[in-house]
Amino acid sequence: MGELATLPTRRDEAWRYADISAVEALGLEAINDWRVLNIAAGETHRETFVLDSAAAPATRLQVTVGAGARAEFFAVNASNGSARLEVEVTLAKGAHFEFGGVTIGGGDATREFVTKTVHAEPDATSNQTVRAVHWGTATGNFLGEINVVRHAQKTDAAQDFKALLLEKGASANAVPQLEIFADDVKCAHGATVGQLDENARYYMAARGIVPDMAQRLLVQAFIGDALVEMGDDAAQSELLDAALAALEKSAL
Amino acid sequence: MLRIENLRAETAGKEILKGLSLEINAGEVHAIMGPNGAGKSTLAHVLGGKPGYEVTAGSVEFRGEDLFELEPHERAAAGLFLGFQYPVEIPGVSNLQFLREALNAQRKVRGEEALSGGEFLKLAKEKASLLRMDMEMLKRQVNVGFSGGEKKRAEMVQMGILSPAFAVLDETDSGLDIDALRVVGEGINAIMRGPDKGVLLITHYQRLLDVVKPDKVSVLADGRIVETGGPELAVRLENEGYDAVMAEAAA
Repeated sequence: MGELATLPTRRDEAWRYADISAVEALGLEAINDWRVLNIAAGETHRETFVLDSAAAPATRLQVTVGAGARAEFFAVNASNGSARLEVEVTLAKGAHFEFGGVTIGGGDATREFVTKTVHAEPDATSNQTVRAVHWGTATGNFLGEINVVRHAQKTDAAQDFKALLLEKGASANAVPQLEIFADDVKCAHGATVGQLDENARYYMAARGIVPDMAQRLLVQAFIGDALVEMGDDAAQSELLDAALAALEKSAL
Repeated sequence: MLRIENLRAETAGKEILKGLSLEINAGEVHAIMGPNGAGKSTLAHVLGGKPGYEVTAGSVEFRGEDLFELEPHERAAAGLFLGFQYPVEIPGVSNLQFLREALNAQRKVRGEEALSGGEFLKLAKEKASLLRMDMEMLKRQVNVGFSGGEKKRAEMVQMGILSPAFAVLDETDSGLDIDALRVVGEGINAIMRGPDKGVLLITHYQRLLDVVKPDKVSVLADGRIVETGGPELAVRLENEGYDAVMAEAAA
């Protein structure tokens, strides 16, 4: 949990793609205001986040996960202005960190997730799935740092990022960063950026589905990956609805 | 029902359809056969309105309307169904959700009430059993993990549920084994045979036509219809080959 002495700039790796003017407007004190969460051994803590019109430019969370405990965070970043959710997680032996995130929206905002996952002891696992859907000149970012310390053997860490750009001008940045100092670990990461599948759109149209609905169905399927680990419950559909509401408000 | 006049169309800058004319009346099944590269699939894509296919001349009238005035989804709502040679996989969307959205979108355009979940499931079950497809398959994602034959069968379940006035079936028989061919053929008969329905059946082989007996058969070669006849024409093509029949037609 870095206490910043001065406002971050784009030269700082973790702020490289951030909307710096929004962050500056927030001020140093607010930026250094981390929320701290300790999850006791064996406990499971699940929390969902919806960053919407009222979202602060930066929300920062530092979490320690005790032995065998689970931290499960699911987030939709559909803010109007730029917004950033930052999570630093330190995993004890056999702990698990699950992160599912969706950034979605248009305009010219920067919506980002920044995670730092420290596998501090052996046998811990982490799984992060982030989907970004953007239009206008909006940007979606996922910066994911994974640190596997010495002796943290049997670490199993996975990171998966996919972005869907609905219009020319939108962009996405994926920054996976792995530092591994143990020799018996699995660390997987993948990132893709693409557009809506034209063939799928045509196939849907050929069955009578209007273009707006086809787009909605395809986006829903796309972002569903990030929320699938929630299981099929009310909280999941709430997040899904929050994400799709952003799509509906747009004039796409 | 469908009247194609002097249709010219190109894709990727290459003219594929070179003045194609064809008329299909209500109550008819019209088979189109032809060698590879003749333009059969292009015809299907042009009728469906696939992006990337440009009509440069001619017209298509569908149930009294100018087909080219309609967007692809509007063509479907107007009663046109396109059976894909290569059905598209849509990860993350279930067949049931896909088809319910499709059916209700079409019903909305026609001024009909949307079907409730229960009504839709009943209809889907009925059509799936007609094509001997397990309902469990319909709960799965659209065409994802389906074999070639299952995809074609799923296309026909879709056709059964949507109940179109007119179907353009692009090589629906390819990828089917003998038993599946019979099931699919009988499905086409059950769904599309009727005095106010029509079918344009694109195929390479006589086999499907043994089950779905066509009223007319046309040969498409080099972007034009070169010969039209009755079902006996398909048998002749199967026995003598395209070259012989086309040479005779040209003579």
